Amino acid sequence: MTTTPCFMSTTAGAPAARAAALPARGGLGLKPEHFRTILATRPNLGFFEIHAENYMVDGGPFHRYLTQIRRDYPLSIHGVGLSIGGEGRLDEAHLDRLAALITRYEPQSFSEHLAWSSHGDTFLNDLLPAPYNASTLHRVCDHIDRVQERLQRRMLLENPATYVEFAASTLAETDFIGQVVKRTGCGLLLDVNNVYVSCTNHGRDPQAYIEALPLAAAGQIHLAGYAQDVDAAGAPLLIDSHGAPIARAVWDLYRFTLERSGPLPTLIERDNDIPAFPVLLAEAQQAEELLQACLSEAAA
Amino acid sequence: MSQIDFAGALLDPDLPAPAGLTAWNGSDPAHRFRIYRNNVIVSLIDALADTFEVTQQLVGEDFFRAMARLYAYANPPQSRLMAFYGASLPAFIATFPPAAALPYLADVARLEYLRVVAYHAADLPGIEAENVAAALADQETLPNLAVALHPSLAVLASASAVVSLWAAHQGILELSTVSTDSPETALVLRHGLDVEVMQISPAAGAFISTLQSGASLGDAAAAAATIEADFDLVGTLGLLLQKAAITALKPSRRPS
Repeated sequence: MTTTPCFMSTTAGAPAARAAALPARGGLGLKPEHFRTILATRPNLGFFEIHAENYMVDGGPFHRYLTQIRRDYPLSIHGVGLSIGGEGRLDEAHLDRLAALITRYEPQSFSEHLAWSSHGDTFLNDLLPAPYNASTLHRVCDHIDRVQERLQRRMLLENPATYVEFAASTLAETDFIGQVVKRTGCGLLLDVNNVYVSCTNHGRDPQAYIEALPLAAAGQIHLAGYAQDVDAAGAPLLIDSHGAPIARAVWDLYRFTLERSGPLPTLIERDNDIPAFPVLLAEAQQAEELLQACLSEAAA
Repeated sequence: MSQIDFAGALLDPDLPAPAGLTAWNGSDPAHRFRIYRNNVIVSLIDALADTFEVTQQLVGEDFFRAMARLYAYANPPQSRLMAFYGASLPAFIATFPPAAALPYLADVARLEYLRVVAYHAADLPGIEAENVAAALADQETLPNLAVALHPSLAVLASASAVVSLWAAHQGILELSTVSTDSPETALVLRHGLDVEVMQISPAAGAFISTLQSGASLGDAAAAAATIEADFDLVGTLGLLLQKAAITALKPSRRPS
């Protein structure tokens, strides 16, 4: 949808659902356990986000409910299986499925990860790290070029949460991401929880990391909860679990980010130990309060 | 480090962590690598636990997760569509020695997998009742008529009481009343948004399976009659119509 008609029937959906871009508001991941609640209560939310792979099915309730919800809300499609950081070629059949999903639901945003998740025929169902060097940069840029060409749209690339680093890395993660953005023209999905997790895990300053990112290219923010572990030396090791409320430190880093990036669409990610819908809605509202404060300050 | 080493070590807990990993504080990177190992295997086990919920209830969480772990290491996903992961778990269970005392377990797992397939199957409307009535009224062409069945539909003929076991875990039946070694035939389909599991007679199961293979109503009825002489053809067709499970009428492939 690139145009907004002046008059809309109620069946055509709310005008916001047809906007060209996600609004700079709070959004939630769409969970099957919340389909009916959302349709019954029509919560005041900026957008919903789905994992692309969950909807690569022929029919049934997922498509039925998403179609209904899409009429009233902007949508972000977030891929978890494209394996952009993979050594092998992109899976063209998977790209075709993605293109079909995007044609069907016309999302305002499509994003994927700076990670790999499959090798050969095996899908590992996790977001795995790659060394930051010239050969990875070349490969990732080639893959993003292909994705953007096939989907005929700009994608956002998400910064990863990582637990190890590589002797083969020659670039800082922020420089690597900066180079990818510059070479491919893709945008940045800034996962603030991933920044906090990775910086803690690798002894870096999260604020300095944020400031080193190409914030002008940021099109969306992700916030999530983490789990805590320790490494072999007893140093904190945080795990991007998506299974807990957003930590205080991540809210603080989010505020710090907004002061530099300006207001951005902000998704609350929760994929494990999913609470009742109002609990997630409250987190999205908390993000909206910070977005509002950011707008007020900009206006003052 | 190449990704083949990284992937290999993820899927084999006996292998050392891949070479070339570092940690900022000089701590052992192998310790950190186990986070990835754990994420991968736990996510696969969790995906199986979502699909095979009743199977898990029947053996308990510890048994199920230990079995799922072995399965996942031996059979990692070959598709990025995780909803359908575990298609071969029932066959794995059937030959899994620690589950040998539970001969019904593999078929319960088959039933649960069929439910997932039905849930995500394509949406197709059932044919209109008047079309069926007209076709059924024509005694001449009826035996040679074939039908297309809804893509969600499947029949599972089991030597065990799969439907009762499944129903008992939905709170529909009291588990203690289930005689696990009574053969039962399950019909699985999605009607509207709801996946339904019904017990049907073995003859009805043969009838529907034969129809599903593309055979005519006449041939399907003949297959059913070899199991049960007074097979309830009208009742079985009525059930399929009531569940909107017949999506088209078509001329059958005549035997050559």
